[in-house]
Amino acid sequence: MKKFKTIRSVLAYIDRKNIDTDAIIPKQYLKAVTKEGYGETLFDDWRYLEPGKLGDNHDLRKKNPEFFLYNPKYKTAKILVTGENFGCGSSREHAVWALMDYGFDAVIAPSFADIFYNNCFKNGLLPIILKDNGIKKIVDDIKIRNAVYFIDLENQIVSCDNFEITFEIDQRRKKVLIEGLDDISETLKLSDKIKNYEKEKATITPWMFND
Amino acid sequence: MKKTLYDKLWDEHHIHTYENGYSLLYIDKHLIHEVTSPQAFEGLKQANRSIWRKQSIMAVPDHNVPTTMRENGISDPISKIQVDTLNKNCKDNNLLKFDLEDIRQGIVHVVGPEQGILLPGMTVVCGDSHTSTHGALSALAFGIGTSEVEHVLATQCLLQKKSLNMNINVIGKMPNYFYSKDLALLIISRIGTAGGTGYAIEYTGNAISNLSMEARMTLCNMTIEAGATTGLVAVDVKTVNYIANKPFSPKGDNFVKAKIYWKNLVSDKGVGYDQKIDIDISKSSPMVTWGTSPEMAVAVDEQLPDLSDEKFKSKKQDLLNAFSYMGLKEKQNINSIKLDKIFIGSCTNSRIEDLRIVADIVKNKKIARNIKSAIIVPGSGLVKEKAESEGLDKIFMKSGFEWRSPGCSMCLGMNDDKLSEYERCASTSNRNFEGRQGRLGRTHLVSPATAAAAAIYGHLIDVREII
Ligand code: SF4
Repeated sequence: MKKFKTIRSVLAYIDRKNIDTDAIIPKQYLKAVTKEGYGETLFDDWRYLEPGKLGDNHDLRKKNPEFFLYNPKYKTAKILVTGENFGCGSSREHAVWALMDYGFDAVIAPSFADIFYNNCFKNGLLPIILKDNGIKKIVDDIKIRNAVYFIDLENQIVSCDNFEITFEIDQRRKKVLIEGLDDISETLKLSDKIKNYEKEKATITPWMFND
Repeated sequence: MKKTLYDKLWDEHHIHTYENGYSLLYIDKHLIHEVTSPQAFEGLKQANRSIWRKQSIMAVPDHNVPTTMRENGISDPISKIQVDTLNKNCKDNNLLKFDLEDIRQGIVHVVGPEQGILLPGMTVVCGDSHTSTHGALSALAFGIGTSEVEHVLATQCLLQKKSLNMNINVIGKMPNYFYSKDLALLIISRIGTAGGTGYAIEYTGNAISNLSMEARMTLCNMTIEAGATTGLVAVDVKTVNYIANKPFSPKGDNFVKAKIYWKNLVSDKGVGYDQKIDIDISKSSPMVTWGTSPEMAVAVDEQLPDLSDEKFKSKKQDLLNAFSYMGLKEKQNINSIKLDKIFIGSCTNSRIEDLRIVADIVKNKKIARNIKSAIIVPGSGLVKEKAESEGLDKIFMKSGFEWRSPGCSMCLGMNDDKLSEYERCASTSNRNFEGRQGRLGRTHLVSPATAAAAAIYGHLIDVREII
């Protein structure tokens, strides 16, 4: 995974709670067997006025002019700001791939669904949890202007010219992002421990190891 | 120190502690389907890694498979590539897989327990959020993303942070025609779709003990819709009887030993939970969702919400969006909601018990004329076979239902089974998100009994009225 750098960008905002992974990337696009190319169909049902399918030329589809990401203000946004429980529903990691492929590097929300939150860190998308006053300040700011924000993961700060807000993040997850660590290699360093565990369990609960 | 069932399962599989409360957890069983696995196998190949423990894996195609004319194979070329990719990955690695032609094929969460592949005390993962189903067997089971699928393939382990413990204690006699699906919707409507986030939920109480294993699976299955990745029910006699004599379950001496071990898979008496919720269901009514989130549910004998009510203040915009998407109005009567389609199936409600309940209600009745299609999709080939041996298929078809081959089908509409725009469906599945069953389609989540009654009347209805 590539190392996470700081982000400098305007924000894109959608005032909606419980945005589920079916909305982020509808099922017909899950038929692909690769990790790339999901950006064009991010929020597909909201974004286009007609149904699409895998392999379509999405440029030719009728777009919904009211779709929030078509707001010129949000055009270059790398940071998405949204309502609570973002990413609920299915475990599809395609939701994270789609957000990243579209160009987002971070999502700011009051809360995230567990599996989605986990999936973010496996791909280098930074989910930032900001509750109450923190998120309110940002949302109030978006409503009146189009400021550039700066995300400094190392120091856990979201800032703009007017204010800065610190956020909490688990230190291990932070390290994984900043160093671009590969979880699998990290785990494989403990191979002996895993093997010992299996040996021991095979004697205590042999029916679970009837291999 | 006293432990909850979740604590015990966690401790038994805990291999290593990292800083900040992260642990390496050993995974006993890994279920795989065609949609969330291809990128994981590809990643493994690219990194030149091999599978740690092949025997821990069971694979089955389910999301993308046709439910009619199976003999012709998969006609959608893109779906076919995905299923072929699963076949190839399993063949190359010599993994246990139930092919489309195999009678044991079906929805991964129906097939696993049916085969006795999943046992109490195991850790179970799958690249699918409804893996929570298997908590009904007292297994620590949860859904994971594709990167984690790859991680488990390569290491047999997962990096996890322990969840908090929540206890939902359900007491009271189940009213007639109130099922575990209704209970799940009742719970979600109370605690919300994020109410369980960060928790493992253990269901206890006499109402839970009285549930069959299949009904417990329905409840644990829906736990993810309350935001908790894991739902659990402790081992009891029913659990042990359910597992006995399944094709892959332990036999002979191993079974005797396993039984002794399983006995301990209960929370210690008097243990504390981080959160506790008590529910008395003795006066509850069947539930139906009206909106675009499983928490937007009401009892069938209530009206749709009145948004002037103070309690909806903070959610008003979301509820308005839902009303508009669903084409419904505030305070509308449930009976006035006319339907176009009926779907009975999904990993929530496609087991033999569910089908028997439906058959009981629709026997000698015809589906309403305004219903364009009513399909019943059994959870597995074996469920299908059993239903046919009991003559249920005849009852269904006589009533006007279509009797299909097993798969996820219209639960998510990745195959041909889906809603067209603005079509309204009573569905026994688990998600009513916008577009879930088809772009602009409108889903009402209900129990199999309520779906059956709705099919006969052509609109949503309190099943108790028609009996
Ligand atoms: S039946 Fe529906 S919820 Fe269950 S595994 Fe299939 S798609 Fe997922």
